Amino acid sequence: MSWFKRKDSNIQTETPKDMPEGVWVKVPSTGETVHRRELEENCWVDPTSGYHFPIGSKQYFSILFDDGEFKEIANDILPEDPLNFHDRKPYKDRLEQTQKKSGLTDAVKVGVGKMKKSDVVIACMDFSFIGGSMGSVVGERLGRAIDHAREKKFPLIIISQSGGARMMESVLSLMQMAKTSAKLALLAEAKVPYISLMTNPTTGGVTASYAMLGDFNVAEPEALIGFAGPRVIRQTIGRDLPEGFQTSEYLLEHGFLDFIVSRPKMKHKLSKLLAVIQHKAGAKK
Amino acid sequence: MNYLDFEKPIADLEKKISELNAIGTPQRDVLKPEIERLRGRVDELRSSIFENLTAWQRVQLARHPDRPYTLDYIYNICENFVELHGDRTFGDDKAIAGGFATIDDKSVMIIGQQKGRDTKTRQYRNFGMPNPEGYRKALRLMKLAEKFNVPVITLLDTPGAFPGLEAEARGQAEAIAVNLREMSVLKVPIITVVIGEGASGGALGIGIGNEVYMMENTWYSVIAPESCSQILWKTWDYKEQAATALKLTAKDLLELKVIDGIIKEPLGGAHRDYDQAAAALKKQLMESLKRLGKLSASKLVDQRIDKYSKMGSWVEA
Repeated sequence: MSWFKRKDSNIQTETPKDMPEGVWVKVPSTGETVHRRELEENCWVDPTSGYHFPIGSKQYFSILFDDGEFKEIANDILPEDPLNFHDRKPYKDRLEQTQKKSGLTDAVKVGVGKMKKSDVVIACMDFSFIGGSMGSVVGERLGRAIDHAREKKFPLIIISQSGGARMMESVLSLMQMAKTSAKLALLAEAKVPYISLMTNPTTGGVTASYAMLGDFNVAEPEALIGFAGPRVIRQTIGRDLPEGFQTSEYLLEHGFLDFIVSRPKMKHKLSKLLAVIQHKAGAKK
Repeated sequence: MNYLDFEKPIADLEKKISELNAIGTPQRDVLKPEIERLRGRVDELRSSIFENLTAWQRVQLARHPDRPYTLDYIYNICENFVELHGDRTFGDDKAIAGGFATIDDKSVMIIGQQKGRDTKTRQYRNFGMPNPEGYRKALRLMKLAEKFNVPVITLLDTPGAFPGLEAEARGQAEAIAVNLREMSVLKVPIITVVIGEGASGGALGIGIGNEVYMMENTWYSVIAPESCSQILWKTWDYKEQAATALKLTAKDLLELKVIDGIIKEPLGGAHRDYDQAAAALKKQLMESLKRLGKLSASKLVDQRIDKYSKMGSWVEA
């Protein structure tokens, strides 16, 4: 007789002792494990279930830019604490700790490079930096990315993953919605293509500004995309939300996405689309 | 009259005065000096309380149930108001009201979030929380104004865009996003005034202006203090601290260079004297209309985009 009885059958005790730490990765949706190298070769998507592991700007840039090569711009824009904001922790400390832990300076990175031999500006958010929240730096870096795309006539891709605006910069965060949308209006007037790629999760002020303003709004499968968070909606309406509510598939069905693309097919599909609209997609290519 | 918790000393005194007033005539003459003294005391008390309002007290005033709403201001300031309805796609959102009107013979398009006054009208107006069709109606009206070369005035007063199932299904985020983009390049002047609650994207969705003002006792922030408390402190109990931390008062926003000025309210708040509050709002609108009326369409757009491009706070290494 044992003192403790395991109730759930699918609990993994630990990774086998002879395997180096972190080589086997557990897939949250299935509980199965997959080898790290296999994952990396498949753009951090589980080959069996199609589960998309959360990844950040580093991985997206390596997937989309040719040979993973790009030049970073706007990285000299750095965050400060304009409101001297304190909640349980001072914002200044939060910034420092997050920078140290993530190796990032804020929640978006902008790269300029080639995708299938064609110039492109890619701005990618990082959820690992304070929930991918949009503060002044995210807005300003995106503003510079949009300006760069407009001046050089390079297509723009913004990859979103965010809980929304950054509370610790309050109304200044809110105004980044206005800034990015205004800059996108100019980009549209210049007829430079803009693809908005939404990944899990894209919510709040990010969805209600640049993420929904693409010439093409596209998303990874099964990403949570919405304005209000599901918890808030459930509290407001006082009933459970339908299965699949606010997923990519739901948004596609309701007419807010052009298509859903899985990560391994992303580079090919986005390049093909940009080539066609830029009249570069000859039959021989 | 509804009193807020911090107005209790005023309420107590006013109650005492009305009690004294209710006493019959013979004694009343004797009591007259006492009543006068108490009246003076009420004025002093009100001045001292309202000179030192906390951020949370401003939030309470902005939500005061007797506060003038969009249509109160429209009917007070405008003549010839023709309300226009519907987004031409889904329906007519009662949480946003708007239409053409004149102010001192000048044609304007005036649009704002509209709250209700009692249980029935509050529900009818969805507590001033617009659905996507509200934002789309507002944009349709603004495009009409652009077509007929009429300046746009927007009045902000919402606890937020409605967080509902159908709102998401019909694209709440997309509706707001499109408004932000289209308003930034609208070819007529836009003047925006926060008259009550400026809650996040739901307010900003009709709030991209060449000039932006706040009434004295209003708030404007990325999130309501209660929700901020819930997320950052994991409890609803820190709403007062959150209100202070969020720097959401008119004075804060002026210092952060997000707004262009503060419109003074009557002592005790806009609800104490609708006419005086509306007159102050009208004075500011007329000044702004005159100033912006001199700018060409392209200058207006440049000025607006430039204004928002500068917003935020960062260091450049």
